[in-house]
Amino acid sequence: MSTEKSIWKKALDWHEERLPIISWIDHSLGTKYPVPRNLNYWWNFGSLAMFMLAVMIFSGIFLAMNYTPHVTLAFDSVEHIMRDVNYGWLIRYMHANGASFFFMVVYIHILRGMYYGSYKAPREVLWWIGLLIYLAMMATAFLGYVLPWGQMSFWGATVITSFFSAIPGIGDSIVTLLWGGFSVDNPTLNRFFSLHYLLPFVIVGLIFLHIWALHVPGANNPLGIDATPADKIPFFPYYVMKDVFGLAVFVVIYFTAVFWFPNALGEAVNYVKANPLQTPEHIVPEWYYLPFYAILRSIPNKLLGIIAMFGAILILFALPWLDTSRVRSGNFRPVFRIFFVVWVIDVLILGWVGAQPPEGIIPTIGLIGTLWYFGHFAVIMPVLGWVETPKPLPASISQSVLKAAE
Amino acid sequence: MKKILLAATAAFTFTAVSAQAAEHVEIPKEKWSFDGVLGTFDRAQLQRGFQVYKDVCSACHSLNYISFRNFEALGYSEEQVKTLAAEYEVQDGPNDEGDMFKRKAKPSDRLPKPFANDALARMSNGGALPPDLSLMTKAREGGPDYVYHLLLGYEEPPAGVQLVTGMSYNKYFPGHQIAMTKQITDGVVTFADGSPNDAAHVAKDVTAFLHWAAEPKLEARHSTGLRVTLYALIFAVLAFLAKRRMWKNIPH
Amino acid sequence: MANTAHAHAADPAGETRRDFLLHTTIAMGAVGGAMMVWPLIHSMNPAADTLALSTTEFNISGVAEGQRISVMWRGSPVFVAHRTPAEIEAARKVQLSELRDPQTDEQRVTKGKDKYLIVSGICTHFGCIPQGVKVTEPRGEFGGWFCPCHGSQYDTSGRIRKGPAPRNLAVPPIKFLTDTTVLIG
Repeated sequence: MSTEKSIWKKALDWHEERLPIISWIDHSLGTKYPVPRNLNYWWNFGSLAMFMLAVMIFSGIFLAMNYTPHVTLAFDSVEHIMRDVNYGWLIRYMHANGASFFFMVVYIHILRGMYYGSYKAPREVLWWIGLLIYLAMMATAFLGYVLPWGQMSFWGATVITSFFSAIPGIGDSIVTLLWGGFSVDNPTLNRFFSLHYLLPFVIVGLIFLHIWALHVPGANNPLGIDATPADKIPFFPYYVMKDVFGLAVFVVIYFTAVFWFPNALGEAVNYVKANPLQTPEHIVPEWYYLPFYAILRSIPNKLLGIIAMFGAILILFALPWLDTSRVRSGNFRPVFRIFFVVWVIDVLILGWVGAQPPEGIIPTIGLIGTLWYFGHFAVIMPVLGWVETPKPLPASISQSVLKAAE
Repeated sequence: MKKILLAATAAFTFTAVSAQAAEHVEIPKEKWSFDGVLGTFDRAQLQRGFQVYKDVCSACHSLNYISFRNFEALGYSEEQVKTLAAEYEVQDGPNDEGDMFKRKAKPSDRLPKPFANDALARMSNGGALPPDLSLMTKAREGGPDYVYHLLLGYEEPPAGVQLVTGMSYNKYFPGHQIAMTKQITDGVVTFADGSPNDAAHVAKDVTAFLHWAAEPKLEARHSTGLRVTLYALIFAVLAFLAKRRMWKNIPH
Repeated sequence: MANTAHAHAADPAGETRRDFLLHTTIAMGAVGGAMMVWPLIHSMNPAADTLALSTTEFNISGVAEGQRISVMWRGSPVFVAHRTPAEIEAARKVQLSELRDPQTDEQRVTKGKDKYLIVSGICTHFGCIPQGVKVTEPRGEFGGWFCPCHGSQYDTSGRIRKGPAPRNLAVPPIKFLTDTTVLIG
């Protein structure tokens, strides 16, 4: 090879002098981004979440080309997409099930962070931005669920927007402002469509911040100890390849739902057009909200119920300080591991409670589950950090990895 | 007492939507040609089911999202669809004189509704609104199994159950009191192809037809799904092998 | 800022004037920006055509004793109940201390038209429509209305008696235009 630069290299250099975007990408997610070598498959879910966001944005853009945000036409336009638009059924089912899979992936991503202590110093801001992304996702999903204008769309919108009427004094004015009228109606649907289209791009912005905040301290790892340069390998090609493999497996599962069980996660009632004069007998939110819905219902006071529901998410912002342990990874915290699993089971029970009609013993179970949920963060996490004796940490990732390789 | 009231409510609100009934009735699973990874519709069954809809259901129930052109998917030719459409009249207009007029339906027309509006439909049916059937098998918990068993689920009310006037007792309807009387009986239609026309077969055929109406792209979904998923599976295997090779000399 | 202040320390009067000008400019800019936001926020409030539909007139003579109907007002149902003497008596003998949102029955009806109860059909919990208009629907333990969403129960005066709802069913602005014609809104 001659030392002469090829014309392509020269063109690239010329461009990089003016806008160094290639090297910026290389530093962000390429060969110049060092990552601990010992990440396990639980670390795949961040890239999967990004993939799902892309799926949602692209399928959504094409759905919007055929959707009509008007109370008399919205339901019909969705059926038009399902029946007449070429591949409309596929795009809609990908979008509708995509929301569920996006949440599944993000929930696993969050649980991974909670188990391995990825929220602990110096990654608190990274954790916060992640929680903001989660909140924005919840809002986006709620707005999107209203758009098909089925019975559950309408009554879900009514119940959720009415949350704000709990605010003393100005609550009712706020609800009227949100509705643009005196009930959920056409102005509501129209603005929900506008905001549903906007919020995903807010999420894209937050993801940039999330990745930026990730690059300052670098990625955590299953051992939870700080990685030295010798412990790291470049993101490209190693983790890109691993993410591609994880993505392919995930896509098989996602497609199985889209092609064979497209309505399994939805509510049958939402194939009935919205009727403002008839409330369905049993209003349930989508599965990803159920634990929070259970917390809301477990407290027999409107304002306190709402405070508890929002508090259940807001308390996560304080988790980096509520967890007083010096050790990050749950692998070295034998007692924490047990309580972590119990907490996950508690959330699953709350999710189940949220899907049941609030009769008989259900509200009591919900109340106990709610108390445990908050107790886990407010009591167990701080106390555990003081009383638990962690297992000895390895001196370095390399040492641990090499010992395992022997 | 509360339970009876709840039952009555569910019955009264015929359109109703109750995903969760006051009590849970187990709906038996049926075998359908469209079940399974590559399930397809049985064209002959769909045609029979359409005949049942036309002769029995369409007196009260609309099929709003279906156009005549869609019936080509049932195995009818373009000519047959044209002839079929021409049996119906639809309103069009206004013409040059500003009048609305009736004309023969074309394949691109939607199926005409049995009642001009919901108020008329309610008035003609003792206050109960016969729901549109285009999405029926997707709009109820239990799907096609529910619709099939509902059509056959008429029984004498158990002792102690007081039926509201005009209501029938149905084992599978949430709350058990339904405004629709029993429609699917032995021999209610005679099929051109000589297929059995006892109540169970008729109910099965019309339910299959309704499931086609609710999910007309089901066959495309299944066949596309198989190809796409197989492609992704092979890609996953390749990606796994490539990943393993790349990481071979990296202790991790 | 600190450096600038230091550099101008020799001219305290000039510095004060400069700071004042600067602060005023910043403040006016900020207030101006905030004022620009109001039209956007207010555009989300009910539009003129929505507000135009905010009254409803109807004839009450068709409602027989013991019957309840619902009429539409501002896109939501309003319950109209022609109460039986027993229902009125049940509503009036309740002690105010038993009520979550204490109101006498008299405060909730038009004087002289006590048999007619006209209340909003929107549950004060989360906005569902309570059942109880039709005789076949459950009316709850207090003979009024029962909300299927979260189990709130209202009495024959539309007052909350049990369940999570915080307030009584709202009484909309009502005017009897004639003996039988009612204007809501």
